[in-house]
Amino acid sequence: MFSPTTTYRTLLVAVALATALATGCQQSTTVANSSSENESGAKPGREVRLLNVSYDPTREFYQEFNESFAEYWKSRTGDIVSVEQSHGGSGKQALSVIAGLEADVVTLGVEPDIDAIVEQGGLIAPGWQKRLLYNSSPYTSTIVFLVRKGNPKGIKDWNDLVKEGVSIVTPNPKTSGGAKWNYLAAWGFVLQQELGDLKKLTDPAAKAEVEAAQAKAQDFIKQLYSRVEVLDSGARASTNTFLQNGIGDVLLAWENEAFLALDEAKKNGTEAPELIVPSVSILAEPPVAVVDKNAEKHGTTEVAKAYLEHLYSPQGQQLAAKHFFRPALENAISAEQRKNFADVKLFTIREAFGDWKSAIATHFSEGGVFDKIYQPGN
Amino acid sequence: MSATLTDKRRAVRDPHWLRGLMIGGTLLAAGLLLLLPLAVIFIEAFRDGWRGYLESFNDPYAWQAIRLTIIAAAVAVPLNLVFGLVASWAIAKFDFFGKSFLISLIDLPFAVSPVISGLVYVLMFGLQGWLGPWLSANNLQIIFAAPGIILATVFVTFPFVARELIPLMQEQGSEEEQAALSLGASGWQTFWRVTLPNVKWALLYGVILCNARAMGEFGAVAVVSGHIRGKTNTLPLHIELLYNEYNSRAAFAMASLLALLGVATLAVKTIIEWRLRQVQLASLEPSTVEPS
Repeated sequence: MFSPTTTYRTLLVAVALATALATGCQQSTTVANSSSENESGAKPGREVRLLNVSYDPTREFYQEFNESFAEYWKSRTGDIVSVEQSHGGSGKQALSVIAGLEADVVTLGVEPDIDAIVEQGGLIAPGWQKRLLYNSSPYTSTIVFLVRKGNPKGIKDWNDLVKEGVSIVTPNPKTSGGAKWNYLAAWGFVLQQELGDLKKLTDPAAKAEVEAAQAKAQDFIKQLYSRVEVLDSGARASTNTFLQNGIGDVLLAWENEAFLALDEAKKNGTEAPELIVPSVSILAEPPVAVVDKNAEKHGTTEVAKAYLEHLYSPQGQQLAAKHFFRPALENAISAEQRKNFADVKLFTIREAFGDWKSAIATHFSEGGVFDKIYQPGN
Repeated sequence: MSATLTDKRRAVRDPHWLRGLMIGGTLLAAGLLLLLPLAVIFIEAFRDGWRGYLESFNDPYAWQAIRLTIIAAAVAVPLNLVFGLVASWAIAKFDFFGKSFLISLIDLPFAVSPVISGLVYVLMFGLQGWLGPWLSANNLQIIFAAPGIILATVFVTFPFVARELIPLMQEQGSEEEQAALSLGASGWQTFWRVTLPNVKWALLYGVILCNARAMGEFGAVAVVSGHIRGKTNTLPLHIELLYNEYNSRAAFAMASLLALLGVATLAVKTIIEWRLRQVQLASLEPSTVEPS
């Protein structure tokens, strides 16, 4: 019954099956490609591939944006462009690009991650921030709070986060771009509250006052992080911790991520959290850039540039708004749409911290402020 | 006399309550820790019924992930099969310098965390790594592409076949091969007619375990994948991606596919174990019969 020949035959059949399945799938995809080519009409365009390496919360946005861009590019050049996507924590994604993930464009969470590709990989020319409008940030966001239904802890502003018995969920600012914004938003809130005007930070006459405010901010941050229950490595993981695992009273989150979470809760019929907008927050500017060396190698420089420019087009800006990002261009969306985004006083990283380099050096580097104030398990 | 006999019996037997406790405890633990999670996967996958379940498969990215997983396994398993046979043959039938070192080396992937093995490939083939600049200049892509995923899979599944064969072949010794050779068989004939039939069930067992691990590997593959949707995602990576996109139904539908593979592997493994026992019993029979 179990003779050697039957065994080998079974093995052979199994291998044949596996190969058939593998090649079968391949055929079906090529068929799909050729049929879409036929639909495009008389002019058979070149096929172009772009790889966009992005961070966590943009998955849904870029899925839709890629289709919009493909349509636009086909009408302009006749070429068929298919954009491949890769998502993950912003810092981790930058490291992958440095290690050889051949992205044509990067659309990351924070400026220092693209700077790392410039400095460690030499793949992007310095001064990339100036190549596109608004520091190469076609859409912005801010930091808001998500609380449990009915807001049982009565959280309305940053000060309420350090009340007795409040537990907080935010990712680790060392690994997560979103978490860096959370941290800096809280710090900037204290500066704003103490100084009244962030211009005093650069005013030599107010030196004593500024020092006192910085000390207060550090104290506030220390209290805040002593209430953090789970310090995940990325923004999406934190959202899952708060929503799916039901941990914590408040989640510090990207505004777009918070809106998306509300949307998902509505869709699934689960208990919806409430969105709380603090009195002051930070203007988070996720930057984009063409990865020059890779694009040159692939011959995609032109289409990669057009891809990023399309983010500033009316369609791109509309799609960003649809996916809860704040469009960078004032007039890109109607007043009605503008109402969806709370009119909150926003400060920029340049106003409160000078620039990213000094913010990173002071707060998140090895032995920086965060290392001093955060003791796990406390 | 009967009293002493029952006493003796009691002495060698555990009391009923203890037996009940042990069996009940084991069953409860197995049910809670093994069966329940398995059930949850299928309950979540079928939350919206058959239609919803099948809809989850109506996704080209899912099929690409399944395809890449099959390709990785289809390369890793035959490679490890050949290597396992050669290595265990060499170790069991010959004596040479460094033999015990080779045995330990084969076990290396078991000892090293998969994440580390993935990172090793990044350090070797990454753009900042040893071979990276040369590979890039010659337009060869290893990590963040299918070759890297296959390499990582081969690495983590390396010991499975050899580990099954070495003890069996060592136990069997080389007498039968020597007899075959002395009767005029060629080396090739000896291998096909004597060695291979002797180890075929253990070999199949190793192949099946190897295949299960190749398809289920997450850690090492995650490091070298680059997570390009529709291109470098394997099935386990695709499941994580779906879960992170709040698409838990599709995530669990894909997970059910992997779970089914696991269950099928267990079933085949049980059959093979049963066959192995039969073979062993058959080989024991003549020696127990002869003395009487």
